[in-house]
Amino acid sequence: MRLLYFGWVRARIGISGETLEPPANVIDVYGLIDWLKKRGGGYQEALEDATLIRVAVNQEITTFDTQIRRGDEVALFPPMTGG
Amino acid sequence: MIRVQEQDFDVGLELSRMTENNHEVGAQSVFVGLVRDMANKEKISSMTLEHYPGMTEKQLAAIEKEAYKRWPLNDILIIHRFGRLEPGDRIVLVATTSAHRTASLESCHFLIDWLKTKAPFWKLESGPLGEVWVDSQEKDERAAIKWDTEDS
Repeated sequence: MRLLYFGWVRARIGISGETLEPPANVIDVYGLIDWLKKRGGGYQEALEDATLIRVAVNQEITTFDTQIRRGDEVALFPPMTGG
Repeated sequence: MIRVQEQDFDVGLELSRMTENNHEVGAQSVFVGLVRDMANKEKISSMTLEHYPGMTEKQLAAIEKEAYKRWPLNDILIIHRFGRLEPGDRIVLVATTSAHRTASLESCHFLIDWLKTKAPFWKLESGPLGEVWVDSQEKDERAAIKWDTEDS
């Protein structure tokens, strides 16, 4: 699974992206965020307050209950500030 | 047309090109967003825009499509810059053309309001106190929501 991080989520985690395969019990974005937080360090700091996190799965903005699977591109980031 | 680019753009040239040889156009509206030198009462020296390549183009295309659906427009041009910008630099251009002013003015306003909350950009401001990520603004959320319709 391709993970991408932007804005202060990227800055806190310390990398802009990585390829990881979460365990089989991670079935949705909620599960992914919980699993990443358990890695500690920058992940814990970046994802601590999930209400500030937005997600896109395969480049479509979506909600935390969205199912995710191998090969998906999942991006985690703060609210967008375009314009 | 959508363009996501690092380099600056020439507003006059872009506006002229949009209406060249198109005599159906009776109205052209434009919004240009610039980097200010103040943020939260602090001077800033630069602003760096990060974006999500691929998704940015998709989101802008979706926003553009929505405007074409809602108003009778001849053309839409959205140019959004990324990278390091300084106060006074242009960030974004939104321009629309139509036969009459209402469609061009309203759609231009709609596009910039939607861009604020739906385009995957993040802004990092640098100043004497260090670097600060720009928070999303509740007023921007409200401005975007006011364009929501029952069927969308």
